[in-house]
Amino acid sequence: MHSQPGRSIRDGRRITGLILLGMLALAALAGPDLVNHDPARQSLLEAMQGPSSEHLLGTDHLGRDMAARLLSGARLSLFLACLSTITAALPGILLGITASWLGGWMDRILCAFADAVLALPGLLLVLMLAAISPGSWWALYMGISLTLWVEYFRYTRQRVRIVLADPAVEASQLLGLGPGTIVLRHLLPEIGPGLLTIAAFGAATAVTAVAALGFVSVGIRPPTAEWGSMMTELLPYWRESPFLIIQPVACLFITVLALHLSVGGGVQP
Amino acid sequence: MISAFLARGLQAVLVALIVSVFSFIMMKALPGDAAYRIAAGRYGYDMMDAASAEVVRKELGLDQPLLLQLADWISALAKFDLGKSLVYGTPVMDEIAVQLGYSLLLAAGAVLASLLIALPVGIAAGLRPGGLVDKASFSLSVFLRAIPFFALGILLILVFAIQLDLLPVAGFHSLEHLVLPSLTLGLGLATVSNRVVRDAVADAMTAEWRLFSRTKGLSARLTMLRHVLRNAALPVVAYVGVQLAYLIEGVVIVEAVFAWPGIGHALVHAIFSRDIPMVQGTALTLGLLYVVLNLCIDLACRGIDPRTRLSAREKQGT
Repeated sequence: MHSQPGRSIRDGRRITGLILLGMLALAALAGPDLVNHDPARQSLLEAMQGPSSEHLLGTDHLGRDMAARLLSGARLSLFLACLSTITAALPGILLGITASWLGGWMDRILCAFADAVLALPGLLLVLMLAAISPGSWWALYMGISLTLWVEYFRYTRQRVRIVLADPAVEASQLLGLGPGTIVLRHLLPEIGPGLLTIAAFGAATAVTAVAALGFVSVGIRPPTAEWGSMMTELLPYWRESPFLIIQPVACLFITVLALHLSVGGGVQP
Repeated sequence: MISAFLARGLQAVLVALIVSVFSFIMMKALPGDAAYRIAAGRYGYDMMDAASAEVVRKELGLDQPLLLQLADWISALAKFDLGKSLVYGTPVMDEIAVQLGYSLLLAAGAVLASLLIALPVGIAAGLRPGGLVDKASFSLSVFLRAIPFFALGILLILVFAIQLDLLPVAGFHSLEHLVLPSLTLGLGLATVSNRVVRDAVADAMTAEWRLFSRTKGLSARLTMLRHVLRNAALPVVAYVGVQLAYLIEGVVIVEAVFAWPGIGHALVHAIFSRDIPMVQGTALTLGLLYVVLNLCIDLACRGIDPRTRLSAREKQGT
C-alpha cells in the first residue's frame, strides 16, 4: 500500500497497538476485581468527587466509583467484541471457502444472502434487532455478528478462488492430498493476514456499535456500566466536572485506536 | 444503464422486505395480547372488555396463522400504507415527509463538509507523497478515525458550543445549527476519504498519460485540471459510494446527539417508545435513501468514466 509512509513506522504503530490492546485486555480481565468498589453501588453523599486515594478516578453524579464503572464497561465491551468477532469470523470464513470450493448454486445462494445483509447499512440492521428486544445484550450481539460475517465471507471467497486456481494447489490435488491439507497449507497462509485486519476493524466496529446504541438509549441499559450509556448519563454534568464525561470518551477512543493500530493504522480503504 | 436500475430496484425490494419482516417480529415480540392492546388504544382502558378485544382480533385477523398475518402486513406495505404512529396518532407518512427534509439537509451538509476537508488535504498530500502534508494528514487521519461519530459530536459540542460559545448546542432553528452536526459527520467521513483522494492524485501524477500530455506541450495547470483531477475523481466518487453506509449510520447517531429533527432521531425515539409503525416507516425510508443514493453514485461513475459506458455497449452488442 503506497499510503504507508514506511515499514518501520508501520511496525512501530503495530507494536504500540498490540501493547495498548494487551493493557486493555488485562484491565478488563483483572481490573474490576482489583478496584475494590461495586460499579452499581450508589452513595449520594459522595457524588461528583474528584480523584482521591479512595476513588482513583472520582465518582459520578450518583456517587458511583468511576474507575470501577469504566473497568466493568471495558469488560463488557471487549467481551462482546471478542464474542461477535468469533461468531462472525468462523461461519464467514467457512462459508467463504465452501462457496468458492463448490461454486455453482451453493456459491450463488451464499452470495445472495450476503447481498441481502448488505442491502441495509449495518447499524440499521443492529438497530432493528435491538428494537425487537430492547436492552438485551444478545440482540446487540446477534445484530453485530450478522452484519460483520459478510466481510469475512466476501474476502475469503474472493481470495480462495485465486488460490485454488494456482498450479501449486492443482499439484497438491494431483498428489492426492486431501482438502484439509490444502486448506491448512495453501489457503490459511494466504488469507490469514487479511483476515486479521478484518477482525481488528470488525472488533472496533463492534465496540463502537455497542457504545453508540448505549448512547442513544437503545442498547445496554443502565444501571449496567457501559461506556455509551455512561456518556449519556454524564453529559448533563459537563460544567460541574468536564473530567467525568471525558473519561468514557477517552476509553472508547483508546480501544478503537488500539485495534486500528494493531493492524498498522486505520485509514486503508 | 437498465441493469444498474434493475439491480438497485431489487435491492429496494429487499430492503422493504427485511424492514417489514423485522417490524412484524417486533410487534409479535411485544409482551401481552396485541388485540387487548389495540382495543385499549381504541376505546380507552376503562371502556374495553374481552368482547371488544375479540372483535378487534377478528377484524384485524389476529386469530389467523402467523404466516397469513405476515402476508397481510407486507401487502399493507406494498400499498404504501405505513399506518399511524402509536405515540402521536398521526399518519407515519406525514411525520416522515417532514423529517426526511431535515435528514437530507444534514446528509448534504456532511458530504459537503467532508469534500471541503478531504479534497484540499488529499490533493496537497498526493502532489508530494511522503512530504510534510502527507505525513501530518496521515497521522491525524489515524487519530480522528478512532473517534466514533457520537464521541466526536460530544467533543465538538464541548469545545465549540460550550467552551467557546460560538455555535448552538443542539436542535434546529437556523442554519447555524447545521454547522456542528455536519462538521461531526464530515470530519468522520474525511478521515478516510482524504487518503483516497491522496492515493488517486498520487497515482494520476505518476501515470504515463500525464507525462505524455506534458510532453505534447500542455501546461502543468491544464494537465492538472483536464487530466489529473478528472482521473483522480473516479476513485473518489466511487469511494463516496462506499461511504454511504457510514453516512446513513452516522446520520442516525449524529441526529440523536444533536437532537436534530430528522429520520434517524425519529427512528431511535420510536425504538425507545416501541412505536412500531414509526420504526418500520423510518427504517424503511433510511434503507431506501441508501439505495437511491447508491444509484446516484452508480450513475455519476458512468458519467465520469467513459470506459464503463463503452464496455456496457460492447456487452449489449455481443
